[in-house]
Amino acid sequence: MTVADIVTALNLEVLSGAKGLQREVTGGYTSDLLSDVMGFADAGAVWVTLQTHKNVMAVASLKELGAIVLVKGFKPEPDTVEQSNEEEIPVLGTDLSAFEITGKLYNLLNQ
Amino acid sequence: MNLYRADLHMHTVLSPCGDLDMSPVNLVNQAASCGLDIIAITDHNSTLHGPIVRRLAKSKGIMVLYGAEVTTKEEAHCVCLFDTEEQRMVFQEYLETHLPNIPNNPDVFGYQVEVDENDEILQEIEPLLISALDVGVNQIEAYVHKLGGLFIPAHVNKTKYSLISQLGFVPFDLKCDALELSLHTTVDEFKAKNNYLKSARFIRSSDAHMLSQIGSAFTTLQMEHRTFDELRKALNGIDGRDIIQ
Repeated sequence: MTVADIVTALNLEVLSGAKGLQREVTGGYTSDLLSDVMGFADAGAVWVTLQTHKNVMAVASLKELGAIVLVKGFKPEPDTVEQSNEEEIPVLGTDLSAFEITGKLYNLLNQ
Repeated sequence: MNLYRADLHMHTVLSPCGDLDMSPVNLVNQAASCGLDIIAITDHNSTLHGPIVRRLAKSKGIMVLYGAEVTTKEEAHCVCLFDTEEQRMVFQEYLETHLPNIPNNPDVFGYQVEVDENDEILQEIEPLLISALDVGVNQIEAYVHKLGGLFIPAHVNKTKYSLISQLGFVPFDLKCDALELSLHTTVDEFKAKNNYLKSARFIRSSDAHMLSQIGSAFTTLQMEHRTFDELRKALNGIDGRDIIQ
């Protein structure tokens, strides 16, 4: 499944990094502690978080994640957008909470 | 040059988690008996107890910095320090503007009280002081420096509420006057595990919540005399002023 497939299925907004929409997604991870994500997220995961700081992109890049989903209508900071476009790792947005979007994502990936 | 013993992170009864014995009078007496030359009053997201501690500490010859342990939007704790009453008041207003209005529940979090020199309660603070501000760490750092203050991410070695636990690593563009380590580690031990910070500058502070913890970790600073500007130079290693661990 690609990031674009997930965007369509879950009605997500593409906030940045649109060039990476064909990245392959193989799983998901939900956490707001970047140290935890650095330690435990797998490559190819979609990362669900409310953190908007630029370090989010550095961690996503380091761990080769598929995409980031910002919950509850949060928007990435300007330098986060810039780095997302550079790295071609999409930042996606939803108005849903982390609980709700994680549930939907889990079902979608395990269909 | 002279050497000064500084503990730049401690709480008072104003912090919900601060022990009720942490009144300004007791705190100053304890700091004096520990031989501290410089202390900073850093309650959670409030600077209110700075002035009374500074007044009380004068007769003991202890320099008192105003400050707060600020919770950023990312929930990273950062010590912000100031020199003058004017700076303190401006920063206090900034904190009150950006702290969400979630009422404290003293049964759960503890009391948040401002007291006078006789330990009489002047007021109980309504909003929960351990909430996170609605501004990010980079913006807070820029604001503190614009006011002429010092910005020191707190206990960066900890796995909770530290810049590193919340954001994975210290953002490269963040202008820190120093990074604070808790008493649970040493500078050498921490640097060995965090190679990218090998040229960063570190202090150790007690983060005291109880009287007996004051001075349990401290930093020795080499400076000409005790002023805020000298302290800034010492933290940043300028003009021969330095951090002597």
